[in-house]
Amino acid sequence: MAIFLNADSKVIVQGMTGSEGMKHTQRMLKSGTAIVGGVNPRKAGTTVDFEGGVSVPVFGTVKEAVEATGANVSVIFVPAQFTKAAALEAIDAEIPLAVVITEGVAVKDTAEFYNYAKDKGTTRIVGPNCPGLITPGVSNAGIIPADISGTGRIGLVSKSGTLTYQMMYELRDFGFSSAVGIGGDPIIGTTHIDCLEAFQNDPDTDAIVMIGEIGGDAEERAAAYIKEHVTKPVVGYVAGFTAPEGKTMGHAGAIVSGSSGTAQAKKEALEAAGVKVGKTPSETAALMREIMQGLAG
Amino acid sequence: MDLFEYQARDMFEAHGVPVLAGAIATTPEEARAAAERIGAASGGVTVVKAQVKTGGRGKAGGVKVARSADEAQAAAEQILGMDIKGHTVGTVMVAAGARIAEEYYFSILLDRANRSYLAMCSKEGGMEIEQLAVERPEALAKVPVDPNVGIDDAKAREIVEAAGFDAADQDAIAEVVKTLWTVYRDEDATLVEVNPLVKTEDGSIVALDGKVSLDENAGFRHPGHEALEDTSHTDPLEAAAKEKDLNYVKLDGSVGIIGNGAGLVMSTLDVVAYAGEEFGGQKPANFLDIGGGASAEVMANGLHIILSDPQVKSVFVNVFGGITSCDAVANGIVGALDALGDEEDRPLVVRLDGNNVEEGRRILSERNHPRVIIEETMDGAARKAAELAAAAKN
Repeated sequence: MAIFLNADSKVIVQGMTGSEGMKHTQRMLKSGTAIVGGVNPRKAGTTVDFEGGVSVPVFGTVKEAVEATGANVSVIFVPAQFTKAAALEAIDAEIPLAVVITEGVAVKDTAEFYNYAKDKGTTRIVGPNCPGLITPGVSNAGIIPADISGTGRIGLVSKSGTLTYQMMYELRDFGFSSAVGIGGDPIIGTTHIDCLEAFQNDPDTDAIVMIGEIGGDAEERAAAYIKEHVTKPVVGYVAGFTAPEGKTMGHAGAIVSGSSGTAQAKKEALEAAGVKVGKTPSETAALMREIMQGLAG
Repeated sequence: MDLFEYQARDMFEAHGVPVLAGAIATTPEEARAAAERIGAASGGVTVVKAQVKTGGRGKAGGVKVARSADEAQAAAEQILGMDIKGHTVGTVMVAAGARIAEEYYFSILLDRANRSYLAMCSKEGGMEIEQLAVERPEALAKVPVDPNVGIDDAKAREIVEAAGFDAADQDAIAEVVKTLWTVYRDEDATLVEVNPLVKTEDGSIVALDGKVSLDENAGFRHPGHEALEDTSHTDPLEAAAKEKDLNYVKLDGSVGIIGNGAGLVMSTLDVVAYAGEEFGGQKPANFLDIGGGASAEVMANGLHIILSDPQVKSVFVNVFGGITSCDAVANGIVGALDALGDEEDRPLVVRLDGNNVEEGRRILSERNHPRVIIEETMDGAARKAAELAAAAKN
């Protein structure tokens, strides 16, 4: 079953015909994802051939693609300037899940399309500036490499793409039910809390790894949520203990402002909620390993 | 990107927010000339204000009232060159004096938790707002603003009522609040703050100070924003990295860091600092994210930047190839080392995993460079890099 993405997921790609879109559509297809269409108004009516003999039709709009294919997931690869328009189109087509991979989207654009989606209530947004999500062996919506880890019973939610890969690699012998990269922008569609809730309710998930980083208070709020609502074991990791105040560390949202948004405060909040927090990714993986072995025993 | 007060003032003025006359000066003589011009309309009184991107400049002596051009020149002499919380004052703004009746507070900012915007407003301005929020939270009105609606007449009314302004003042303040919203919206700001927003003795509402942060990701809509950036205080290495489109932040340790992905690089800094405790407190020298799908060229550029920092005693390259291919990373390392030649004698600890890792490790082993050490794990590599940095110092 996993979360958000399963065997019934039919995926379209907005921006499929661009270079990033082509590269990643090929990778998603290779990992078994049902890619049912691409969207590009200038190339509507054509098809694109991928390795392995797969031919994917291109539609002029998301709405046409949904009507023709029954698509229920859209992965958005369009450049940052056009991301808001692409997201609004997906929301108007009432596609249940829109995954925005694009980095560098203006925060006003995200604020506007996220709130539009929220008011409409028919589309979950993941991202922007994220690697997307994967249900290993079943479906892959985004750019998470499918060969790092197979299926298993750990759920993973992370602000960072490469730390997602690192953690999946460290725990590849256990495998993952789903892994969700929620992105490191100041405003994101799906949060740690959304994923914690979904993993808590997912019968295929036994334990959860949550990866956070400096900036904002999403981890503190997630900690409060865990305390109240999550009964499955959660292991945490927070990046950015050595980040200086007032400097953006790569992700637009990763900034310590004054005394708020520090890694230390996040770690303490998580620990106060009963979450074991690793000092390094490998220590975090070791904590999860213990939990999984305990559950198996 | 945070603006200086004078830049915020100019931006406010361009959008029709009421501000006082003001001009910048970088020498006492310029300040005198500005005071002569500006003071003419305000009874000779001006205020000389340090232009620094930090709070608390008033307490630090960075704001002085001048009753004549002579006094303005003397004030500028004192303020220019002053150090305020580590910021050296290179510019002052000479602003017209105002007869203040009341001081208020207003801001619009990004509300990350609610993924929306928030307007904050108080009748009690002038003081540090963080202090007010803690000591008298009831005096600070917080009103959510829908990004798709913004601050229209109804919202402006809601804000001034929530802040508890007298009915007689509400219309004028609401008008300024609406105009400040257009600054926030039209300039792609993530913060617009006015503290204090004042009522003068003649009853007009004026933004006496301004703090604006702009979203750099929205630069494509604002070709003029680039010119607002203050490059005079940028670290030379950060400037060089920016020219190569590299995401680099200078820190003060001894272990140079290169990695891919913001999260992994932040984590690498932490792991190095943690491992460094054992070796006399070695710390990371920088943050450098070469990004997803980095080429050999990007890797080589990154290495050049890191190695031009004399504080760097060892380098740790930490790559998990998701999209990035480890063979490209290895080729970049080899190419950069060859270009640097024998003069470069600082050790390079490399940890590669993920996409095409065997090929990447093979390229490095084959080149068999005496300064390159391949480590299997992130923790092991961090330890090695810290150890080597410590050894180099002794």
